[in-house]
Amino acid sequence: MRRRLAPYLLILPGGLWLAILFVLPMVVMLSFSLMQGDVVNGFQLIWHWQNYTDSLSAYDDQLIRSLVYGLLATAACVLLAYPAAYWIAFRGGGRKSTYLFLMLLPFFVSFVLRTFSWKFLLADDGIVLGPLKDAGLLPQDFHVLATGFAVVAGLTYNYLPFMVLPIYVALERVDPRLLEAAQDLYAGRAQAFLRVVLPLSVPGVFAGVLMTFVPVSADYVNATVLGGTNNTMIGNVIQNLYLVNNDYPQAAALSFALMAILLIGIFAYARALGTEDVLEVAAR
Amino acid sequence: MTELRETGPVTAAKVAAIELRGVVKSFQSHGETVTAVRGVDLSIAEGEFFSLLGPSGCGKTTTMRMIAGFDEPTEGQIILHGGDVVGVPPNRRDVNMVFQSYALFPHMSVFENVAFGLRRKNTPKDEVTRRVGEMLEIVDLAGRDKRRPRELSGGQQQRVALARALVNRPRALLLDEPLGALDLKLRQAMQVELKRIQREVGITFVYVTHDQGEALTMSDRIAVMNEGVIEQLGPPRQVYERPATAFVAGFIGTSNVLSGTVARTDGGTAVIEPGPGERILVPGAAAAGDVELTVRPEKIAIGLHPPDGDVCALRGTVTEVVYLGTFTNYTVRTSTGAEVVVFVQNASSADDVAASGDTVWLSWEPRHSYAIGAA
Repeated sequence: MRRRLAPYLLILPGGLWLAILFVLPMVVMLSFSLMQGDVVNGFQLIWHWQNYTDSLSAYDDQLIRSLVYGLLATAACVLLAYPAAYWIAFRGGGRKSTYLFLMLLPFFVSFVLRTFSWKFLLADDGIVLGPLKDAGLLPQDFHVLATGFAVVAGLTYNYLPFMVLPIYVALERVDPRLLEAAQDLYAGRAQAFLRVVLPLSVPGVFAGVLMTFVPVSADYVNATVLGGTNNTMIGNVIQNLYLVNNDYPQAAALSFALMAILLIGIFAYARALGTEDVLEVAAR
Repeated sequence: MTELRETGPVTAAKVAAIELRGVVKSFQSHGETVTAVRGVDLSIAEGEFFSLLGPSGCGKTTTMRMIAGFDEPTEGQIILHGGDVVGVPPNRRDVNMVFQSYALFPHMSVFENVAFGLRRKNTPKDEVTRRVGEMLEIVDLAGRDKRRPRELSGGQQQRVALARALVNRPRALLLDEPLGALDLKLRQAMQVELKRIQREVGITFVYVTHDQGEALTMSDRIAVMNEGVIEQLGPPRQVYERPATAFVAGFIGTSNVLSGTVARTDGGTAVIEPGPGERILVPGAAAAGDVELTVRPEKIAIGLHPPDGDVCALRGTVTEVVYLGTFTNYTVRTSTGAEVVVFVQNASSADDVAASGDTVWLSWEPRHSYAIGAA
């Protein structure tokens, strides 16, 4: 009897933690998203589904921009992370853990602080642009801050390690003898990479994309600090609705809409890329 | 292949499939130069089953990797079918390898694994289908072409690895301890299987192993390697019966190494007389001085009385008797102090010839005494 209870007892603390601090707030928020009212007079649950349609039509620009920035930053992360992870996995030798540690080093500094230091670096007359402008290499009105580029660059920088690690783990597991076998079977270096290493590392890229795209799309710090007023993302809107406007129903509705869109996107993505058939086709 | 460079006039009639000339391989390891292969010369004939046999670290795998092109020799030439291939990458060499761990592509089906080499050579689709099908038939895996490697047993994976290499019809097949991961029964079955496949396809096999039994069973010729050099090269029977060095004698099978000072010679046969009534006859040994010789345990007879006739005779005390079913294994300490192992076949007698502690006489035909390093 005790033996059969043991697994449940082990899951109890974590389960309770999640139930109280995750499931319960979710239910509360979900009910908020269907309420109407204001802070002064209170909110009533009247199954007000219009919160969803209203907020989505009001903030569709920011929503689309969030998804576009998310895709761009994720793509940039893949392009930057793959070669880095490949290099560490296959050429890192005895220093692999050192290189990985260097990749993670920025995490020891606060996320917001790092983003603010980018603002300092990229300021219109900052240490990068200032000298270039003084030297006449850039026009005086050239700026990086308050552009979509700055936001995507900041997002890419902040979430890069989340892409490097899973790709590294996948590449690290590729047996170097498979590369030799491919070469032995008349594959040149490029072919060996495309037919063997790349397909075997797809699960890592897959995991990396999931771990990056979701938080990047919902991020609001980068848009706030680096994006100025014309590049706000859906995260900024939700934050504003909650903390400035105190419009909890709309904020909650927007949060759930974003969650639903991301989940649907992820499921479609998993269906398309997560099966082995894709790897088989890629290997041919 | 077009990349092969001619190394001079080649006699069309008898070109070796694989030829190594003065091959040396040194590695840099932790700032030290380690020489894994120190001057190997060998010539492997077309269609031969050739084994490189030796303990781990003897340079046999490095030698094979140099033939495949994964390592380049520090010195010397590697000639495949008359063309020097040093500097030619593995994908341009017309040899294929079966890896020790098989190195099957885990993300591909059995069919795709086997088809890999053909596809890289842009073989027409229907020919790929046909040749892969034929090859899976030969290795007895027809009908499993859609499986993934991990869904197969060790023996089946082994055969996929073999098919994946052979389907390309290479000029030579290199096998790196391919049966090492299999259990004994399967290994023995695969030995017979490999030999059958080799006869069927008629391709030169170069087989790397540390298992002397495997090498003796399958090979046409064996090169016994130790510390980067070939100690002996010859057919299995010669290597077994006539070990050229003490190392070969010790490495292949169980061997008794005896030594003594030559007392006299008798028509080209050296005679050692360790004690009264005792004599070791060594044909073709040095006429004087100290001689080291080997005698295989199954060549020695054991008895309670001194043997008659012109045979070798040695007195000793039995120290151990081990019954092994077909054989009984006696360990005898001879009067010279050497330990001699004797295998006695349990053909007729139900009882042991001698017990531990008994004084016995060992005898064998002089032609079974083999002087080591006989000049």
